[in-house]
Amino acid sequence: MRALRNFIDKVKPNFAPDAKFGAFHSTFEAFESMFFVPDKVTSKGCHIRDSIDLKRTMFTMIVALTPAMLFGIWNVGYQHSLAVGETWSLMQAFGFGLLKVLPIIVVSYAVGLSIEFAFAQKRKHQVNEGFLVSGLIIPLLMPVNIPLWMVALATAFAVLIGKEAFGGTGMNIFNPALLARAFLFFAYPSHMSGEAAWVVPAGEGQTMADAFTGATPLAHAAAGAMDKVASAYDMFMGYVPGSIGETSTLAILIGAVLLIATGVASWKIMLSTVVGGLAAGYLFNLTATNAYMAIPAWHHLLMGGFAFGAVFMATDPVTSAQTECGKWIYGFLVGFMALLIRVLNPAYPEGMMLSILLMNAFAPLIDHIVVGASIRRRAKRQTAVAPKN
Amino acid sequence: MPKIIKIRKGLNIPIIGDAEKILVRPKPSASYAVKPIDFWGITPRLCVEPGDTVKAGSPLFADKQRPQIVFTSPVSGTVADVVRGERRAIQEVVVTPDAEQIHEQFGIDEPAKLSREQVVDKMLRSGLWPHLTQRPFGVVADPEVQPRDIYISCFDTAPLAVDMDFALQGDGKSFQVGIEALRKLTTGEVHLGICADYPETRLLSGIKNVQKHYFSGPHPAGNVGVQIAQISPINKGEVVWTMRPQSVIMLGRLFLTGIYDASMVVATAGSGVSKPRYFQTTQGARLDGLLEGATTNADRPMRIISGNVLTGRKCEATGHLGFADNLISVIPEGKYHEFFGWLTPGFGKYSASRNFLSSLRIGKRYDLDTNYHGEERAYVVTGQYEKVMPFDIYPVYLIKAIMAGDIERMEQLGIYEVIEEDMALCEYVCTSKIEVQEVLRRGINTMMTELA
Repeated sequence: MRALRNFIDKVKPNFAPDAKFGAFHSTFEAFESMFFVPDKVTSKGCHIRDSIDLKRTMFTMIVALTPAMLFGIWNVGYQHSLAVGETWSLMQAFGFGLLKVLPIIVVSYAVGLSIEFAFAQKRKHQVNEGFLVSGLIIPLLMPVNIPLWMVALATAFAVLIGKEAFGGTGMNIFNPALLARAFLFFAYPSHMSGEAAWVVPAGEGQTMADAFTGATPLAHAAAGAMDKVASAYDMFMGYVPGSIGETSTLAILIGAVLLIATGVASWKIMLSTVVGGLAAGYLFNLTATNAYMAIPAWHHLLMGGFAFGAVFMATDPVTSAQTECGKWIYGFLVGFMALLIRVLNPAYPEGMMLSILLMNAFAPLIDHIVVGASIRRRAKRQTAVAPKN
Repeated sequence: MPKIIKIRKGLNIPIIGDAEKILVRPKPSASYAVKPIDFWGITPRLCVEPGDTVKAGSPLFADKQRPQIVFTSPVSGTVADVVRGERRAIQEVVVTPDAEQIHEQFGIDEPAKLSREQVVDKMLRSGLWPHLTQRPFGVVADPEVQPRDIYISCFDTAPLAVDMDFALQGDGKSFQVGIEALRKLTTGEVHLGICADYPETRLLSGIKNVQKHYFSGPHPAGNVGVQIAQISPINKGEVVWTMRPQSVIMLGRLFLTGIYDASMVVATAGSGVSKPRYFQTTQGARLDGLLEGATTNADRPMRIISGNVLTGRKCEATGHLGFADNLISVIPEGKYHEFFGWLTPGFGKYSASRNFLSSLRIGKRYDLDTNYHGEERAYVVTGQYEKVMPFDIYPVYLIKAIMAGDIERMEQLGIYEVIEEDMALCEYVCTSKIEVQEVLRRGINTMMTELA
């Protein structure tokens, strides 16, 4: 550690903005501040600062995503074993999944971080930590059979158009990870839906098990095949096909507990999203005209990306509502709209993604109304005293 | 039981080094200073030169725009130095005290028998006027203006703050006379903010002719700005004044004894002070006289702060107390690299967020230092400022309006209601390490230029 510090101090001058490797100034700084929290001390304002920084916040997010990621990796193997009709051990399934998922994660980080570093250098900014989380969420939103070049393309799109075009981390309107998925959904729909996308197919010399279809519960439900939708228990545990990280409600809940305990994500948004989803679900139950509308409202919370979206994406502080009151409204509408899209529009089985992106667009409006109320309160107080002056 | 106003938002930072309630009477300091930089909205013009002899209460400098506002010497002695900073701006006017203290005589009066003009004139001449702060903007009050009300917060909730009850004891009569004088200045009320967490002291319960309000809750409940917002928020066009309780006592003494008696109780606190205590001293005293036994050494450099760790000013040991300050905080400097600091479990790292394991250690207090614990970033995390900001204000929106220079929006979002100290906790908790207080002052200065 002392040796590393000495080494960094030794090579640091070479990376000064006008030195030999000045083009890598931001990159160097990013790595230096990763190894060592800077020795910067306060010079104005408060003399003490809280221990929290953005790195820690993002790291907590990554820890919270880990259960869903690990389960997803195992599930890739498990679903494949079902597809080929074999019984695999835990490690066998996990190992198989790792080989499939790891490349997607590597590609997502490599592409995203390269663009981030390049932009930071170009703008003479420091590298923001935001992509550390987006870079992990993107793979978890992907179907396992996605070609790697598509992951690269979608990540590049998300970071360039979704984030850098708006000015980088903190300035974006849409959740970058969801943009990556939406991009692929509309550009390459055949890879993002249907029965072939979700489960690694049988390789050479293997045969598919007869009864296995590989369709997600949402796809079955949208097709009206309610008898084929997995049991609530299987959906809760995550033993179903789906995007890599979204299937296990249990694993996501573990992450949610951590996020709420540490205060990194807003429990208000999570709760109101669930309430919104349930509200729409019960409304469908009351007015059911088809089998999909009649399924118990709470089943929707277990299906597809609802839980993943509610916990990890609707709560993205940058793209969600930023006022405390606005968060309640925003979350409720996310949950409500997700079910509307999911149930009433068979063309888009995954309503959560579109619902969150839609509400991302409306979040500034919600905040505008909430802040406007405070402005009006102040103006009213003003007119109440005005006659006295 | 009177109504208690409960402040729910806020934060008591668990920093070690509270002053022990022992009152020490040290030798007189080697020098005393008045610093123009302690006042916003003032351009100083010197009334003395180095070498001049002054009495306690003699003018050292005056405001260029409003020459009737003078800043007087807290002690009698010789003007030793005029310290100048960048562009020759006056930083400090330093006075070396005489062994025998001589005071300017301003006459003994009963404030109740004087007119408002006579009270104002007496305060202006004696140098007590600059103890009145105007809200909005936190500048020295304007003698031409009638404030809506006057507010005094009788307790301080800032980290390591002095126990006001202890510091004020025994000066009840001066306090009451000071209140009578203040009542002459406004047609409105004089409001006292009193801490409801402890029984009211004899001094405060004996004070009459004021509106008392009882507050309970974490910092910034003791900030006068928070109390104003709870009692009667400042609207556009309104002006209120505030005064610190130790200044009210000085004001009372002016009428009771006819002199500018700037003696006050000051505390030393923080882990850098080996015996944090209370000292009977005088406004503007040189710090090293009060810091004997501080643990500053080369192994562990310390930062000396005149004021509290959230809003105070960094000083050398040979520097002087700020005009408004009754606390000297000494905390360790944090100039070190921390290996993977963001990755550690953080048992020993205090955070108002719950991102470190230290949040499991309830009641634990920490030796906090001046390290940034990160780097400045764009705003990402939301809802953080709101938790420590007991105002009907959206702090991040206000800060962004200031950054954007949108004057109308600053006004709409409540810039008249806050000064730096009210948003200092926002800066402390900020994940993105935004310099909230500096930005806010920039906004306030913009508003002042705009309205001038």
